[in-house]
Amino acid sequence: MCLAVPAKIVSLDESRQGEVDYLGTRVKANFMLLEEAKPGDWVIVHAGFAISRMDEEEAQETLSLLRELASAQDP
Amino acid sequence: MKEFRDRKVLAGLLRSIGRRAEQVGPPVRMMEVCGTHTMTIHRFGLQPLLEKAGVVMTSGPGCPVCITPDAYHEAAIGLMTRRPDTILATFGDMTRVPTRQGSLQTAIPAQGSRLKIVYSPQEVLETARQNPGREVVFFGVGFETTIPSIALTVKQAAQEQLSNFSVLSALWIIPPPLRAILESGEVRLQGFLYPGHVSAIIGLRPYAFVAEEFGLAGAVAGFEPADILLAVSSVLDQIIRKKPAVANEYSRVVREEGNPRARALMEEVLELKDAHWRGLGLIPKSGLKIKDSFGAWDAEKKHGLKLDPGSAELPGCRCGEVLRGVLAPPLCGLFGRKCRPESPLGPCMVSLEGACLVYYKYSRP
Repeated sequence: MCLAVPAKIVSLDESRQGEVDYLGTRVKANFMLLEEAKPGDWVIVHAGFAISRMDEEEAQETLSLLRELASAQDP
Repeated sequence: MKEFRDRKVLAGLLRSIGRRAEQVGPPVRMMEVCGTHTMTIHRFGLQPLLEKAGVVMTSGPGCPVCITPDAYHEAAIGLMTRRPDTILATFGDMTRVPTRQGSLQTAIPAQGSRLKIVYSPQEVLETARQNPGREVVFFGVGFETTIPSIALTVKQAAQEQLSNFSVLSALWIIPPPLRAILESGEVRLQGFLYPGHVSAIIGLRPYAFVAEEFGLAGAVAGFEPADILLAVSSVLDQIIRKKPAVANEYSRVVREEGNPRARALMEEVLELKDAHWRGLGLIPKSGLKIKDSFGAWDAEKKHGLKLDPGSAELPGCRCGEVLRGVLAPPLCGLFGRKCRPESPLGPCMVSLEGACLVYYKYSRP
């Protein structure tokens, strides 16, 4: 139920309805729950609603943390 | 994103988890609250790997289809039986939950009433617009991830004065059952993985009591295998440093303050109520109902639905114990025998994120 997927915004109109690209498929999405969003942004879509914007910088930071933890040697 | 599933990264993370768990003293017991996390943990085979590293994961109450008591289904079945013109719409999993009166799919409704499976509450509004002569009821179930979209849908119906639309709300909020589980002391836990998408809405603050009052570590996790391991590692770090907190290990999606716009909508349309959870019983202020100002769109009021909290579950089903984290699904006598995905005896074997179905698909002994 809380399954939600990352998707990229393709289009967005003034009534805050739009389309996202999810794994190559275009799906309708409602953007009324987001303050700001524009085509090209990545969002998390759940039950037809974009519920959160994905932050590229934070994603990169998590990745570098992962690499660091994963490569730490046994003491 | 591939790196979140990279074998080398995952192996390295598991080694670092092993070292930390050794410091804490294995086995370290944690609960993943969210059913979608249970899915990731089992689908990617993390459960045995984590156990080998000294961490035992227990599935929690985070499956809204599972924790909704049968009373809600029986009220919906009752409505469809009484009102021949009803169209009842809901999410797919809900239609297969077995009750003493059958499931929404198998109970025999009045001639002419219709069951419709939807992906989004917005589809139900459209159905109501297209069928002005019929009653359209949305059986809306969900946690904070889903609730704002349902609140918005009710508000839109009110703005349009769509008088044939109403919502039977089975809406639950996540922090109160965590308190209930901790207060009962039934299951010994050293930390929580908090749900990622619920947290995208509510932020971090609502979990603070777990660290402050109960001294337990916790971290918000994403849904890739590396996200889970990162959060487990963070919980272990907190235990080692004796600094329980609410860490955010899904910061690419979750902000500390959550999604204020979505929460404002919830507050505008809905209000807290004491609610019964399957397996957990009555929990104060753990559910949401439609406010009186939107009462015309509340199916309970509009159709005089009675939610009988005493309605019993099917005999033998131990879904309630699974939801409290006291029983692993394979230890239920019905699991995989009488209770199977094609003939489920409880919602935990129906929902895609129900612990029983997840174990059946990926971790059958």
